[in-house]
Amino acid sequence: MKNVTSKKVEQMQPSGIRAFFDLVLGMKDVISLGVGEPDFVTPWAIREAGIYSLEQGFTSYTSNKGLYKLRLGLSRYLKAKHELDYSPDEEMLITVGVSEGLDLALRTIINPGDKIVVPQPSYVSYGPVTELAGGLPIYIDTTKDDFRLTPEKLEKAIDKRTRGIILNYPTNPTGISYRKKELVALGRVILKHRLICICDEVYGDLTYDFEHIPFAGLDGLKENTIYLNGFSKSFAMTGWRVGFACGPKDIIAGMTKIHQYTIMCVPITSQMAAAEALVGAKKPVEEMKREYRRRRAFVVEELNQMGLSCHNPQGAFYVFPLIKKTGLSSLEFSQKLLKEEKVAVVPGTAFGASGEGYIRISYASSMESLKEALERIKRFLGRIKNAKK
Amino acid sequence: MKEILEVLEKDGRATPEEIARVLKKKPQEVRNAIKKYEKEGVILKYKAVINKDLVKDEDRGLRALIEVNIIPQKDAGFDKIAERIYSFPEVASCYLISGTYDLLVIVEGKNIHTVSSFVAEKLSCLENVRGTTTHFLLKKYKEDGVILKHREENKRIAISY
Repeated sequence: MKNVTSKKVEQMQPSGIRAFFDLVLGMKDVISLGVGEPDFVTPWAIREAGIYSLEQGFTSYTSNKGLYKLRLGLSRYLKAKHELDYSPDEEMLITVGVSEGLDLALRTIINPGDKIVVPQPSYVSYGPVTELAGGLPIYIDTTKDDFRLTPEKLEKAIDKRTRGIILNYPTNPTGISYRKKELVALGRVILKHRLICICDEVYGDLTYDFEHIPFAGLDGLKENTIYLNGFSKSFAMTGWRVGFACGPKDIIAGMTKIHQYTIMCVPITSQMAAAEALVGAKKPVEEMKREYRRRRAFVVEELNQMGLSCHNPQGAFYVFPLIKKTGLSSLEFSQKLLKEEKVAVVPGTAFGASGEGYIRISYASSMESLKEALERIKRFLGRIKNAKK
Repeated sequence: MKEILEVLEKDGRATPEEIARVLKKKPQEVRNAIKKYEKEGVILKYKAVINKDLVKDEDRGLRALIEVNIIPQKDAGFDKIAERIYSFPEVASCYLISGTYDLLVIVEGKNIHTVSSFVAEKLSCLENVRGTTTHFLLKKYKEDGVILKHREENKRIAISY
């Protein structure tokens, strides 16, 4: 059969490193620093709430927007934690992770041909999902600016067709984040051009050196921001698939329309568990955060000492060291390291062309595994160096 | 809890240098803090948590929890008689408890006979001990925050964004 898939799907770029991923998945005894999710299991109190809800027979649909209990809890949580004011009735939608929230947001605001600015290296889905929604992603290379989007570069990328920007901080894959001053400066550009800022702040709670400031909390920016967040990273709940979107009434109403026809609602068990997370998991969440912070200190210092220069990431659980000195490309480095030392990392190019020359290392692994893996990387680098001589 | 203690509680073998690295402190600073904790008795000792079910011919293979009712002594209350009990090497732990009995004593022995004879010949014979109830421990699920199970397989997929 010919032409079974649509032109749109055919034009979608398949991930260039799929083959590398398959290689990793086919190998045994690999220490993987390529994992984009916490190594902790969801705290027990949250799991228990999920089990209890099943025992009680909560197995039905919920309202499209999500359980009221969860939205109300979130509204209070965001107020207490970040001074954000979102009405649980009109300005909030429970989504299947941030992934769905992102898709809905883009489909809701994009008219065919609208441009969306995407700072790169970036999370893998931003470009393809923008294209699926009929938009045109405009990538900005941030590697020369410590992986930060600067107001100047943003300003330069904007034209009449620019509709919005996807801002993710702390950033996957680089771990960088923005301080208030930087956010305010970006906010000014966004206001000036009346753009929508889609903010993926799923790593917000994992910010180590300063307080995370939600973009929507900045003066005058609430109406221009779609705030996306979820339970996956901070509560170690990736497999539950619960996220949420907060934003201006009309945008949330638009997003809810698509959501009700495509997803209907997030699984009730997951929503019940998430509601518990907001009230009953403070201690384990803080413990996890401290553990990540300690690992970060260890990994960053080790990498720099062995000559893979990397900046100190302020959040998430990734470091993004430069590997250009080895003379290998990102993919070559990753493949060779996997074959020779059985350590898996993600080539920087997975996150856009500007990621060439970098690799992503995740420190969402036990201290034991990190020590062993870094020891192996060191040995690997030593061999490359000797071979060059 | 101070973070140094949190690190040590997870890994008693972490060296001051290693702790200093992850907490961004000076090694000397960590060394001093640990010394202080040890001196103050905050850190009592360093030990391995062993899953004794997996160790054969074990001298302390059996544990019993013994509820002990005692008659408190004038001036010393429970402390004096508790001391006489916990000084026996067979006693692994000893707690003063509120409720229907006074002391909870955890005794370790080779087998049921050694534990029983300790209770019958030593513990029960102490004056001031009014009575005992012995519970033999059948299975340990979790100890000192550690779940005693074989290592679990990795549930995450090896690579993801």
